This record gives sequence, C-alpha cells and structure tokens, in this order.
Amino acid sequence: MSDDALTTIAEKLEQLAEGMRDTLADPELDRRLVSLDRDNINEFGFDSFGYSPSYVKQVVPVATLLYRHYFRTKVYGIEHIPNTGRVMLIANHSGQLPVDAAVIALSTLLDAHEPRMVRSMVERWVPTLPFASVFLSRCGQVLGTPENCRVLLDQDELLLVFPEGAKGISKTYDKRYQLQRFGHGFMRLALEKNTPIVPVAVIGAEEQAPSLYNWKWLAKQMGAPALPITPFFPWLGPLGLLPLPVRYHLHFGEPMHFEGDANDDDGTIGRMVKQVKNRVRDLIHTGLNTRTSVFR
Amino acid sequence: MAKTTPKKRNTVLVTGISGRLGRLLTQDLHRKYRVVGVDRRPFMEAPSDVTMHRVDIRSRRCEDVFRTHKIKAVVHMNIMHDPRQSDEDHHTFNVIGTQHLLDYCVRYNVPKLVMLSTANVYGPNPRNESYLTEDSLLMAGETDSSVRDLVAVDMLCTTFCWKHPEVETVVLRPVHICGSVHNAPSNYLRLPTIPTLLGFDPMVQLIHERDVVNALMATLRPGARGVFNVTGPEAVPLSAILSALGKPVRPLPHVLFEPLVRTMYRSRVWGFPPRELDHIKYSCTVNGTRIHQELGYSSQHNLNDIVTMFQ
Repeated sequence: MSDDALTTIAEKLEQLAEGMRDTLADPELDRRLVSLDRDNINEFGFDSFGYSPSYVKQVVPVATLLYRHYFRTKVYGIEHIPNTGRVMLIANHSGQLPVDAAVIALSTLLDAHEPRMVRSMVERWVPTLPFASVFLSRCGQVLGTPENCRVLLDQDELLLVFPEGAKGISKTYDKRYQLQRFGHGFMRLALEKNTPIVPVAVIGAEEQAPSLYNWKWLAKQMGAPALPITPFFPWLGPLGLLPLPVRYHLHFGEPMHFEGDANDDDGTIGRMVKQVKNRVRDLIHTGLNTRTSVFR
Repeated sequence: MAKTTPKKRNTVLVTGISGRLGRLLTQDLHRKYRVVGVDRRPFMEAPSDVTMHRVDIRSRRCEDVFRTHKIKAVVHMNIMHDPRQSDEDHHTFNVIGTQHLLDYCVRYNVPKLVMLSTANVYGPNPRNESYLTEDSLLMAGETDSSVRDLVAVDMLCTTFCWKHPEVETVVLRPVHICGSVHNAPSNYLRLPTIPTLLGFDPMVQLIHERDVVNALMATLRPGARGVFNVTGPEAVPLSAILSALGKPVRPLPHVLFEPLVRTMYRSRVWGFPPRELDHIKYSCTVNGTRIHQELGYSSQHNLNDIVTMFQ
C-alpha cells in the first residue's frame, strides 16, 4: 500500500475518533478525567514510566462504552477505596485476556465517588509484545517489579496487583473462581510502605473466554506464559479473542491494614497473605451467590 | 598557553584521548590539569600543553608513560565497541588493556582512576526494572557476546574498587551519549531516515556529550569513589524523540526485520549485530540520583539541545 493511502486511512480514522469524542462529550466525564493528570509529567507529556495522560483521555471514552454497554459492569462497595493516599487493590485474576484489569481501572475512574486512576502491575512477558506493550505503558501500566511498585507507592498511587499472576488468568474453565497460589511480594511491599490493602473480587471474567485446555508446550515455544484453547480461539482467529458479553460484577471489600517486618520469614508473611486471600475468596462467594445469571 | 602557572598542576592521564569525547574532555581538562594522552590514533589539533603518546594500551611502551610522568589520576576511556573489528581485537584491547592499566595504577601509586563504562552493561531487556540502580545486575552479556567484554571491563574496575581501597576508583555508566561522538545512538540519530520496530516504543534516555564531560570533571574531585549511573534529561519514548527530531521514520515489522538482520549477520553479509536492535525494542533506563546526591552533578542540557545537534 502506498504512503498516501495509509495517510488517508489514518486521517479518516482520526476524523472518526474525533466524531466519536464529540458525541461522547460529557462534562461529568471531563471532571473525572482530571484525576488522570499527574504532577510529574515532562514537557513531552509522559511520566517516567511512559504514561501519557492525554493518550488515556482519548482511550477512556471508547473504553467507557464497552464498560457500560458491553460488560454492563455492576460495582459494589467501591466506597471502601480511600480517596487519597497509597492503596493496593488485590484482586483475583481470570479471563485469559486482562480485561479484568481494565474494568477495575474504569470502575475507580467512572464509578467511585472520588475518581482515581489505577496503576496496575503487568506480567514480565508484556514488554516483548508489539503494540500491546506500548498501549499498556501509555495507559500507565507498569512492569510488576518490586522497585517499580515502590516508586508508585511513594507517589501515593492506587495500585492494582493480581498476586496469582499468569497462573490465575490462564486457568481452565473447570477451575473457575478457584484462587491459585498468591505471591508474597505484594504483602512485603504493603508492610514496607505501610499501605492499606483493598480486596477485590471480579465476577464474570471467568466466563468471558472459557478455556478448555492450556497448551503449555506451544506457549513455551512462543515464549508466552499460556496458550488457551477456547471454543472460539484459535478456531476463529483473532475474532476468537473477543470476550463474550458477560456481565462484570466488582465487589470491593473493606481496607485491611497490616503491620510487621517486611523482611520477615515466608511463614509469617504467608499467614498475612492468607488473610487477604480469604477475604477475596469470601467476596467471590458473596458475588457468585448474589449473581443470577452469567449474562444478566 | 605556555605561560608558567604559579601552582604546579597535577597530571591526569587520559587513555583514548583522540576519540571525540576524549578531545572534548581535554578542552575542559587542560585548563585545570596537566594532560597526558595515550591513544594509538593521532590527536589532531591538540592543545599545545597536552603531552601526547601514540602508543597502544596493550604495548609495554604504555608503562613508560607511567614511569616518566608523576600521574595523579587516570581517566580510562580507551574502550572499543565496533562490530567491524574482530572479537580477538576487542577482547585484547578492552579487557587485557584495562587489566594492564589497573596493574600500572597499583604499581605507580596512582591515587585516582576514573573509568568510563556505559549504562548498556545493564542491557535492554524486557524484564528490566524501569529505573535500574547501580546495584542492578549487568545483564547485557546474557544475549550479546560482543557486549560481554564491556561488562567484563566494567566488572574488572568495580572489583578493583574493592580490592584496592588505596586507589580512588570511579566507574561511570552514562546512558546513550549523543553529539559529535561516533557511537551507535548518535549514528542512529544522524541517519537521514530513521528505522524503528513497528509496535515498539521503549523509553530512552539520552545524554549530551558535554554533560558526560561535566560528570567526568566532577569525579576528579578528591573523595569521589564508587559506581555511578550518569543520566541527562528525563526518559521519554523513542517516538517522542524522533518526532522532535522531525526526520522521516520508517517503522519495520520486527517479525521480518529481526530474522533478516540475524541471517545477514550469520552469513557475514552485514556486520550489524541483531541484538543491537533490542535498544530500539526494550527499555534500559537507569536511576541517576546517586551521582547527583554524592557528587553534585546535574545535567545542563535538555532534550531540545540534544535533538538540535542532529537536525
């Protein structure tokens, strides 16, 4: 394709996005988008991790449509998130694609009384992905290393951590809503930085892409953490990646405070992690019991 | 220039003085110190008060330089990283040469050694922290054998710092040095059309060559020792630098481009090491607060100053 054709397409897309932004113009949304701004943005419009507020402000209106009308998200107990100061959201991870992170991020931005922006910790595999790595980085998502986490907590950010990691998101359908092993890193950081923990249960994500089999061998060849085989993927190609229109329910629990030595042995830390895990599990059970249908 | 100075100046030996950075450093250095240069390349238009020795750092004549001058400090920037040179030449020149130099420092009681390493020793890696500190592991050699020597030289000097407390050793790890220097990042920004990898946009830290000279000058103060990252302006995405530069950018799909470069490298058609592509694919950004806190160095040139040098 010639360069001219490409630029015309790019221009057309830009016009389309422009039009979409105008129709979605909403003073309430604009007020909420202010919470995306940061003090440490440099003259080029990026923070030191590559987060760009202006980029996210263009993404949010489109994402809001999906959040409200595709996943029809219901949020419970979001008032438990403190309005200011450093906080860690600890959630269950599921759904093959990290839509759950996006939905949680949108809930704190759109549905919390005081809008807050989520910085979530991503898998170490993500930077090797073209486009996705850039998209996530511009949206303020950060590679989940302890040092990055410390920097964000020092900036009093709202952090989202999935302690199950890749093990959680790539579960097969028969293990739905069963929590996998929790890592201990988040608890050590919470103790070190004296951070309250808000447990979160995500209901619905498990059904968005029911995985029948995790083809680990091929995943390893590709350098990916998992390769799910679902009724739609890989049979329908990229279209099979589209999550089913399940309804998302987010249950936020009361903040938990822990005190202790961040460098304590695994046993002591493990007991505290277990308390958080149990809270998330309780929230999952409440959520599953109150839900009447996967799609309604 | 040959006016007699009232106070006797200390002598600083600069290895690799004929490089662009060496010449820049000399401009500042010869105003404060007596400069002795060592390089196998000639030093054109050297200031008249610079004593130049055209010797190879590996040869025994290099030791004579230590014998004849009372050297108070060594600035070691005689490091070669050129894919066109042979591996053997790289190794002997960088590693063996540095080993000799460290020996001379001990033998001739040189009280100070400053070594110019690079932040590339951490290596661009998808698993990197966003801000690597001086204590982070040097992962560059993991995939790239040509960088392994640079890591070895850096490690030689950091170990030397502990083994010989009587020599004040400083290892500087600056990020991508930009300017008139002939290194990969500057050559990349000088290209008329700049290739990038489609879908990748890593955070990049650049530093103005003058800032590196300032950092080197700061390390020559007595008392300075240790390993320091040296950073310039804040990290920004590669795309932001390229759009500020205003040159045409050609994004290439990495699935096609990477194997192509690898095949050409293996078959010796093109000497460009495929692993160098990681620099425009993954971030390798470092934390530069230590040198600011301990030596009071801070960057004087912002990104616009750097970008205008390549326009």
